[in-house]
Amino acid sequence: MPESAAVRVPAAPGPDTSGPAAPGRRPRPSPGTSEKGRRRGPSPRVRLLVVGGAVVVAALCFLFLFVKGSFDFAIERRLTLVGAMVVAAFAQGVGTVVFQTVTHNRILTPSLMGFDAVYTLMQTLMVFFFGGTVLAATDGLAKLVVQTVLMVAFTTVLFRWLFSGPTGNLHVLLLAGVVLGVAFESLSLFLQRMLAPADYDVLSARLFGRLGSVGAEHLPFAFAVCAAAGLYLWRRRHRLDVLLLGRDAATGLGLNHRGELTGALIVVSLMVAMSTALVGPMTFFGFTAALLAYQFSGTHRHAVVLPMAFLMGLLTLLVGQFTMEHIVYASGMLTTVIEFLGGVVFLAYLLKKGTL
Amino acid sequence: MIEFRDLVKSYGDRTVLGPVSGRIEEGGITSLIGPNGAGKSTLLTLLGRLAAPTSGTVLLDGTDVHRTPSAEMARRLAILRQDNHFTARVTVRELVAFGRFPHSRGRLTAEDHEHIDRALGFLDLGDLAGRYLDQLSGGQRQRAYVAMVLAQDTRYALLDEPLNNLDIKHAVRMMEQLRSAADELNKTVVLVVHDINIAAGYSDHIIALRDGAIVANGTPAELMDPDLLTRIFDTPVQVHEVDGRPLAVHHR
Repeated sequence: MPESAAVRVPAAPGPDTSGPAAPGRRPRPSPGTSEKGRRRGPSPRVRLLVVGGAVVVAALCFLFLFVKGSFDFAIERRLTLVGAMVVAAFAQGVGTVVFQTVTHNRILTPSLMGFDAVYTLMQTLMVFFFGGTVLAATDGLAKLVVQTVLMVAFTTVLFRWLFSGPTGNLHVLLLAGVVLGVAFESLSLFLQRMLAPADYDVLSARLFGRLGSVGAEHLPFAFAVCAAAGLYLWRRRHRLDVLLLGRDAATGLGLNHRGELTGALIVVSLMVAMSTALVGPMTFFGFTAALLAYQFSGTHRHAVVLPMAFLMGLLTLLVGQFTMEHIVYASGMLTTVIEFLGGVVFLAYLLKKGTL
Repeated sequence: MIEFRDLVKSYGDRTVLGPVSGRIEEGGITSLIGPNGAGKSTLLTLLGRLAAPTSGTVLLDGTDVHRTPSAEMARRLAILRQDNHFTARVTVRELVAFGRFPHSRGRLTAEDHEHIDRALGFLDLGDLAGRYLDQLSGGQRQRAYVAMVLAQDTRYALLDEPLNNLDIKHAVRMMEQLRSAADELNKTVVLVVHDINIAAGYSDHIIALRDGAIVANGTPAELMDPDLLTRIFDTPVQVHEVDGRPLAVHHR
């Protein structure tokens, strides 16, 4: 005991006097460390190219393999499906990354914050007041636009209130989001109880993600919205990087935090609302795409992470749909399976992190 | 010169600061001292436009800090708060590069890289530049954040407790580095500091706060008065002369 104490005393100042640049408590293996620590693996550009290549291969496989019967018919149907996937992957993947950046967290997603519940409530209210036939009768661009606008208005007000108020606490926000979500769900459920069985049947088909039943005529509108949103976000990619530092540091570096937050939330609401109105709710898909993007980008820069989230989302959908159609023969189940797997990933992530 | 007039900050009907008025002259180091809850950090955040005052104005070289566009302000004044936390994983160099955002808007030029290298060198972070922030000790991370502020290359730098998490050696080094930033780079540095002796040893000017009001304001020599310090901190403090410098001590 006294021996070890005697050794410790002179040893303590040792590392301190060894040089001005050795402040760390942990031992630092000399050269190479800084090189190794700099960036592991291939550069972001290479990573994007690799994942982009995988997406192209997956899309070609999905489009041209296992065509039975009329080639033209199959291609047309599959192209529409790929178009819907592009919209869903872009809106959910990119939307989730931006949402998580501006709200300074990596757990909450627009869907988890009650987006899907709003969609469910809107559909239910429509059937409740106008009957089941109205859903089919009013399907069209006008309805898509109206639904999108309503959801954008509602969620922008909600998110802005939640995320810029005095309670910037993540736990409070999560609680508020969940409580509001549950309230909307309960209201929907209550109304659904009072529907005629036939109306309810029509409604319930609407409340699952339905990539396969997207009308091709709606896709140009969806593409236009995605392109506009994408352009807006791309021009702000450096600002989004700065927003990762949090409100105070971003303000210190000259950003109008409140303005950036509002702008980003409107765009995110627009994208996710449109995607939800087009292909139905997908709660955990955006979370999964964003998480994969963070893991594979190797950088925090949105110039890489945003395209990566889109590509990862698209890859997930393409590979999933291909597997479902040609390997397990359950083509309608894709969104359900993705939701299941995404939910599992979400829980695993929460458990691994051990905290919010 | 930073001039503040009748600054008040209240939350609901609880006033945490003010009304206070005063000025911070250009050049040198000004330290804000005072007990916990005195309003030091609040004053600093108001000066650095991170929070809006309930009433009153802050003028930086004659322009209203709270009315000037944030992007313009960011080229003249940098502020670092105590709790910083980054959502993504970034390296030290990437963090320091953020300090160039007000100038480069995200596209780093050769000049920006020079500023980054200089800031890294200034705080002895050269060897750690490639490390991720979560691989650093608290003190190293603290220095990385200060390097980011220096890379911002503003005439005014406001730092909220930059000595947090630093041991004696690194606290002293940090103060020496800030001293040379003030002397060699002609910066005006405003700090919130807890250690009176460090404040007295390295500052040109000290502002003491208590209960949301400025109770004393002057050179370190003027502030190092046992009665005054006892009143500010509500604790018996003696001042002794050690090697020709005043040293405040409290002991039982």
